[in-house]
Amino acid sequence: MPQVKSLEELKRLREEALEKRQARTIAGRAQVVVGMGTCGIAAGARDTMKAILEFIEKENLSGVVVTQTGCIGLCEWEPIVEVTVGGGPKVTYGKVDAEKARRIMKEHVMNSRVVEEYVIPS
Amino acid sequence: MREIALHVLDIVENSVAAGATRVDITVCESSSDDTITIVVQDNGKGMNQDLLACVSDPFVTTRTTRRVGLGIPLLKAAAEACNGYLRIDSTPGKGTRLEVQFQRSHIDRMPLGDLAGTVLTLLIAFPQVRWVFRHVVDGREFCFDSEPIVKELDGVPLTEPAILSFVKQLLHEGIARVRQGLEQSQ
Repeated sequence: MPQVKSLEELKRLREEALEKRQARTIAGRAQVVVGMGTCGIAAGARDTMKAILEFIEKENLSGVVVTQTGCIGLCEWEPIVEVTVGGGPKVTYGKVDAEKARRIMKEHVMNSRVVEEYVIPS
Repeated sequence: MREIALHVLDIVENSVAAGATRVDITVCESSSDDTITIVVQDNGKGMNQDLLACVSDPFVTTRTTRRVGLGIPLLKAAAEACNGYLRIDSTPGKGTRLEVQFQRSHIDRMPLGDLAGTVLTLLIAFPQVRWVFRHVVDGREFCFDSEPIVKELDGVPLTEPAILSFVKQLLHEGIARVRQGLEQSQ
């Protein structure tokens, strides 16, 4: 089975990732939550998630926690992405397509600047 | 939903919500039988006969944010529109098995879509669950099991860039391998 062989490679990657994570400061930690209810998925949440993961890969961003949430009752705003950077407040973005996701990752997650125009008005 | 893979992503959330610690997803494509069959088997808490009987009703849901649930009814309708079916068997305390089939050549059959993207999303979204994904195309099989990977990672999250690339490649290559030679009707 090819998977067995590649576990060796995974081991190496793990060690490298661990070193890199330790080099990063706690303040840089960010959490990104994607709405993945039926409404979110139908509105394109998987592509939003994909764009976020691709951004992490491309920019070699360590220490970003990516997770999901179910329907939060704001279906008309899906795909929804919630971002928390360090000790900052949780910011909820609406109608986040791949393009917007990349901008949020770049400005908010990497540079701690909230992208006001995508924030869901309360 | 525009892809079968998106429906899969949607309905397996029911398994997670039922407290499953292991979910097996099998996607079988057969040119000779002219079918696409998807089986989702979980070890969640299962459903009793009453809930099972009405689970395809959009106005039955266990969630609390709103009184409508569309995941299973949408998939059932899509399958039945393509000479297919959706069946659910469940045993309380043991788990649930959902099987859905499409006629592969049916004009209304939506594309299989991005299966690798769906599996990757599930791994990231629900890392606590053991995901076993099988893709069988005309007898060729690709099997992906998240357990050895998560074990090897020993606490390092899948969202670390190098690990993300590794898992993504593993999925893409495996799926491409079994789909090789299949007409590009997807």
